[in-house]
Amino acid sequence: MLEGDPCTILENEFVKPGKGQAFNRVKFRNLKNGRVWERTFKSGESLEGADVVDIDMEYLYTDGEFWHFMRTDGSFEQVAAAESAVADCKDWLKEQDVYQVTLWNDDPIAVTPPNFVELEVTDTDPGLKGDTANGGTKPATLSTGATIKGVPLFINIGDILKVDTRTGEYVSRAKG
Amino acid sequence: MNLAQRLRLRAQTLGAIRAFFAARDVVEVQTPVLGPATVTDPDIESIAVPGYGFLQTSPEYQMKRLLSAGAPSIYQLGPVFRHEERGRLHNPEFTMLEWYRLGFDDQQLMQEVAELVAVVLGPGNVQTVTYQQLVGDLSDRGNVQRSELDLRFAEACESLQPGRFFVVDYPADQAALARLRPDNPSVAARFELVIDGVEIANGYWELLDPTEHERRFAADRVRRKTLGRMDVEPDQPFLAALRSGLPNCAGVALGIDRLLMLAQNADRLDEVLQRPEI
Repeated sequence: MLEGDPCTILENEFVKPGKGQAFNRVKFRNLKNGRVWERTFKSGESLEGADVVDIDMEYLYTDGEFWHFMRTDGSFEQVAAAESAVADCKDWLKEQDVYQVTLWNDDPIAVTPPNFVELEVTDTDPGLKGDTANGGTKPATLSTGATIKGVPLFINIGDILKVDTRTGEYVSRAKG
Repeated sequence: MNLAQRLRLRAQTLGAIRAFFAARDVVEVQTPVLGPATVTDPDIESIAVPGYGFLQTSPEYQMKRLLSAGAPSIYQLGPVFRHEERGRLHNPEFTMLEWYRLGFDDQQLMQEVAELVAVVLGPGNVQTVTYQQLVGDLSDRGNVQRSELDLRFAEACESLQPGRFFVVDYPADQAALARLRPDNPSVAARFELVIDGVEIANGYWELLDPTEHERRFAADRVRRKTLGRMDVEPDQPFLAALRSGLPNCAGVALGIDRLLMLAQNADRLDEVLQRPEI
């Protein structure tokens, strides 16, 4: 917890002059607003731990205002995440797939997609036969509404693509 | 740099350092890595080995005992250990080069340090900055906590780049085991070498007075208590050696892994440690 908000530690650098006190230079991401903060702490200083848990949940649907997820432990318990929690992964949400939901005091504050998702192509320029080895690329629109660039020319509507959610880039054709 | 290149660079560097000292008639020694006593320095924690004592954080006391017993100028290359120091520029075990020159003062030793570094990194000018230039005006010192000062110092050292810098004129309460400057006792005859923002070496025109040593050890123990650290008994054989007489000398400790890191343009210590998986 930093200034009342739950944060995740991105980097923690140990700094110490040979004959001096040790410090930790820490980079945090504020889980509520996504901002990155840098703070330096004396060795031995402490912060309150945030009551934050990451659990796997299945994405059900959106009603336009909330995105609904369900626990996968058989309890069928559901949570509704506001847009701020799904902002970074809306492009990769596919119904019935499992995502990591970060709960702070049982409130969903962040949703993290798997590193790779497989999504269907709903729109792209027609495929060019025989151009499988090298050559150009084109954009493609996926079933979630996301548009990705750098898709090979041989990809057709209806193909399932494997996409890296960290970079938003095409990885391979899954099947089709 | 691949593994074979890194191993060769380290071996060649150690060879060049040994040749450097052989040419100057400085004798290599190998003092125990595991000793019954350790340092009182409040900001250095030792690794205890139950039933034996402590892994040495530097060979300083053992080498000074040799000097007090009549050793000539000596150097040592070997592992030293620091509890809970791990990071981009830290590892709990690292290789230290430490040497002592009979009859030298800090100025003469700084000259030699610059020459040794040139053997490893190639020729280069070394600029000199004072502690005060780095941390700013100390007239409000009474209100500035030591931890705040250490942080300012650490960050100022990181900004000393590119290039080679000697930091001099440490305040008297950060003398460690350096004598105070005879012409200006508000500063210590202590220097550090910073290269490209990385602390490389720390040296002293050595304090000889055994009573002053005892006073500084007692002050260390008070500060340890304030900081909630483990109490450390002063090293009695070391104090006995000082009473028998440490000859006038200057000494310096230099981090070999960090020097190799700079020599191979790496920015993490991990990249020079001799582990096959990197």
